[in-house]
Amino acid sequence: MTHFGTILTGIAFSPNLKANVFETLRLGSLLNAKVVLVHVGDKNNKKEQQILEYCSAFPEFKDQVSVIWKSGNPVEVIITACKEQQADLLILGAAKQKKINKYYLGAVAKKIAKKAPCSLLLLIKPSVDRIPCRHIVVNGLKHPKTNNTIQASFEFASAIGSSNVTIVEEVSQSEVTIKVDDDKSLEKSTLLQEQILERETSRVSIILNEIDSSLKKGINIKSQGIFGTRGYSIGHYAKVKRADLLVMNKPEKSTFWDKIFPQDIDYILSELPTDVLIIH
Amino acid sequence: MTNSRNIKSFFTALPKNIFSGFVVSLIALPLGIGLALASEVPPIAGIITAVIGGVLVALLGGSNVTITGPGNGLVGVVASAVLLYADQSGLTGSEALHQGYLIVLAAVICSGLLMLILGFLRLGKLSNYFPSSAIQGMLAAIGLIILGKQFHIMMGNRISRNGNLEYLAEIPQTIINSFSYNDKSLTLAMLSGVISLVIMVFYAKIRNKYLQLIPAPMWIVLLAIGFSYYYELVLQLPNPIHSDYMISGIPEAHEIIANIPTPNFKEIGTIGFWGVVLSLTLIASIESLLSIKAVDKLDPEKRRSNVNRDIKAIGFANIIAGFLGGLNVVTVIARSSVNVNNGASNRSSNFFHASFLVIFIVLFSTELTRIPLPALMAILVFTGWKLAHPLKLIDTFKIGKEQGFIFLTTLIITISIGLIEGIVAGIIATGLIHLIINKSVMPFVRNILKPNVLMFKETDTNNYYVSVKNFCTFLNYSKLKRKLDTIPETEEAIIDFSMCDFVDHTVMENIADYKETFRKKGGNLEIIGLDLLDAGSKHPFGLRRLLPVKKVLESTGVLTNRQELIKTIAKELDYSYTVRKKIETEYLENFIYFKTKTINHTYNEIGKKDTVFKVFDVEFYEGEFIAKEVVRATMLYTKLDHVLPMFSIHREGLLELMYHYAGFKDIKIEKEPIFSKKFYIKGENEFAIQQLITPKLAEFLLDNPTFHIESNGKALLIFTKERLAGVNEIKKMKIFTNELKKLL
Repeated sequence: MTHFGTILTGIAFSPNLKANVFETLRLGSLLNAKVVLVHVGDKNNKKEQQILEYCSAFPEFKDQVSVIWKSGNPVEVIITACKEQQADLLILGAAKQKKINKYYLGAVAKKIAKKAPCSLLLLIKPSVDRIPCRHIVVNGLKHPKTNNTIQASFEFASAIGSSNVTIVEEVSQSEVTIKVDDDKSLEKSTLLQEQILERETSRVSIILNEIDSSLKKGINIKSQGIFGTRGYSIGHYAKVKRADLLVMNKPEKSTFWDKIFPQDIDYILSELPTDVLIIH
Repeated sequence: MTNSRNIKSFFTALPKNIFSGFVVSLIALPLGIGLALASEVPPIAGIITAVIGGVLVALLGGSNVTITGPGNGLVGVVASAVLLYADQSGLTGSEALHQGYLIVLAAVICSGLLMLILGFLRLGKLSNYFPSSAIQGMLAAIGLIILGKQFHIMMGNRISRNGNLEYLAEIPQTIINSFSYNDKSLTLAMLSGVISLVIMVFYAKIRNKYLQLIPAPMWIVLLAIGFSYYYELVLQLPNPIHSDYMISGIPEAHEIIANIPTPNFKEIGTIGFWGVVLSLTLIASIESLLSIKAVDKLDPEKRRSNVNRDIKAIGFANIIAGFLGGLNVVTVIARSSVNVNNGASNRSSNFFHASFLVIFIVLFSTELTRIPLPALMAILVFTGWKLAHPLKLIDTFKIGKEQGFIFLTTLIITISIGLIEGIVAGIIATGLIHLIINKSVMPFVRNILKPNVLMFKETDTNNYYVSVKNFCTFLNYSKLKRKLDTIPETEEAIIDFSMCDFVDHTVMENIADYKETFRKKGGNLEIIGLDLLDAGSKHPFGLRRLLPVKKVLESTGVLTNRQELIKTIAKELDYSYTVRKKIETEYLENFIYFKTKTINHTYNEIGKKDTVFKVFDVEFYEGEFIAKEVVRATMLYTKLDHVLPMFSIHREGLLELMYHYAGFKDIKIEKEPIFSKKFYIKGENEFAIQQLITPKLAEFLLDNPTFHIESNGKALLIFTKERLAGVNEIKKMKIFTNELKKLL
């Protein structure tokens, strides 16, 4: 089973249109997927012409592309389209904060992201020319969804020809129960940290073993343990390592508490460290 | 197994610790009495504080070589509280003061309780939230408060004013008046103060082994007592110093126990009382934490103190001290550094310092009344001067004008209003300056609660990597500190600020401390990513936006006579000569000699690049605060062709004889009894060193006895005296080294 059979993206006629469409089509062709472009608003000839022109840049692939024109509330239109088209992946573009180099998800995109019934790809810098995706960072949380996420990451990595995949195990600092006070407790806590990391690495290596070796071919796989706040530190890591893509589990349905305290994913959405792929 | 080994090493180290405890008690005695008198409480309260602190913190504390006792920082708060409650009591004179003292004891107990709670909540880190420059300003203010008040007593002119500023403003008047005392006994009182001050100032500058055996404050005490006996026994006259300016009322040991005061809790419901408690807690914690941090850097074994445990122990000691008539117990830097310099290796020295104090009081309490008050106050004036030294302000301004502003704001508000107000003003000033520099509140508001520090161990290199995001200032420094504390200092670590938009002075300074600790313990901490930011000043601790510009050390361009001569030698030998100060002195730090010393820089260096042979002047210091001694000496450093054991050899003197009895190990060379007797040999690998000393080498060293020789395994360090060498001495040093290298 492939994780990326149908790719859907919402398009708006903005200066970014060309880059967005190109990214989607390129990804579609690499993943060998169907592509659905959804335009929220009325159809007109000029716009249709423009999209056809972009599609013709991918001659072998343009048959796989369909365009939906529908007006209404953008959030609803896109979510319904996802459901109707049984999309596997929804691509959204991020906004850039003025002056500083920080990217975040706009209000509409954020709503869509929270409601999306499928996987999500958030692009910070869509580009007309192909920018190779060299390094992918994947979360290796201890969670039932993680197996699937890692599996999908390798599918994605091998399709787009990525050469490095790092699995990051985030361990909450609270698991290190020994507080550092002096040399002795420092020694103990260092030892405990090493044990925890070893445990995490072996857990991830079991998952990695289950992945089809054809997907792993030519990919340099690393595993890295981090102590820190979940969701946040992996984003920080991805940025430090200048990763091109960060792959994460989709968070659980939010509960009352999650609305008060920021969730893992909220850290990422409010400040995108890089392109982010959230696996459903 | 390890337990019995621990016990054994404890006992072998015991003589050393008894010795250093003894030396420390020599300072603690006059300081304790002086601090108590300056605090307007009975002199014995200072000794009680030191005894309780020494015993309890030694038993329960978490640090290794610190000394606890009455601290300078609290003098101002205690004195003003005693006077305030004395005024309110409706009584007069000493009875009123006694009432004030009893209420302050209650405040001491409450502050002890607060510190205990802080310790249990692991809130030792609270002090991380104070900006460095504000703390510096507060300390300088405390220094000025002590100086301002005690200066008048030192000059034999006891006055009573309302505000700290008035005391300071009247200093010139007191100096002028002191020339026209009609009463000869007052002039003598003034002279005892001035001479004592001179002793304090010049003591550190004279490097005489025998003089330095006794700490300066003890010299003052001995001279004063000697003077009094001279009048009594030789001249058969009464003590000529005015009786108002003599220490009065040091009770005998049994009286102390019989008259333990009862703390008075009647003010416990008032806000003013809790203001005093808060001030005491704040200063006692800050002074202790700063001292513990500084002493950890001096510890030759480079251990890490358990700060929270120490705070708990100090809190507990405060409670007990309060009930027994003592003041706040704090960790004190000057006494601790003397402790380290005299070979202390564990907490028992703190215990022994307390024990010796008890012995002194039991045996000599009546002798202590022979000490003139101005002499003791001179010690405090010197302490105050050291705390408020103008260089501190200048240094702070060098870091950045804004830091100078924070320093001054804190200083002025502390002196004119109060301590708590001062530190709060300092924090607010720092916050405002950060906002002005960044021209925006948003980066702070948006990111303050976000976790901004990432740390992981790189799997390929095993380095610790720490990345800091957004901003890093005193507001969130504790997040970074928490991570840094979990890195063993023997490892390689990198701090990356490239994702940080703003780093302040507090963080830069603290990281510089970490860097030093890492280096001393054999690890390495590197800071990267500051080059993109823009610096506030060229100072390495300046707030940034930027890279640590290596301190640009100035040279005047004009050479002194000695420098010209050195230059000529360099030419003769075909060596290169650099006048410039160099702060890269890591290569010197693993010599035994420098274990308890801190090197500032080297300068006037001549040497050859390819052979690693150099002679230079080095400036270093040992001790901290009032016990700090800055030394400049000429040394020769040369790399060895082969590996040697670590050792230190120098001629034995009286000092070594004493150290010998105090348990410092001297390696005996059985084959060379004369050599062994005359020279003092230290080192870890006894067997290898015995092997090293051949008859030829022994003979050579006996012929050239003036040199101090050290090996760190890979290189030799040679010098004659702890002072700058003349040009001829440099030449001799070079010839000696060449011969020596042939024999090794």
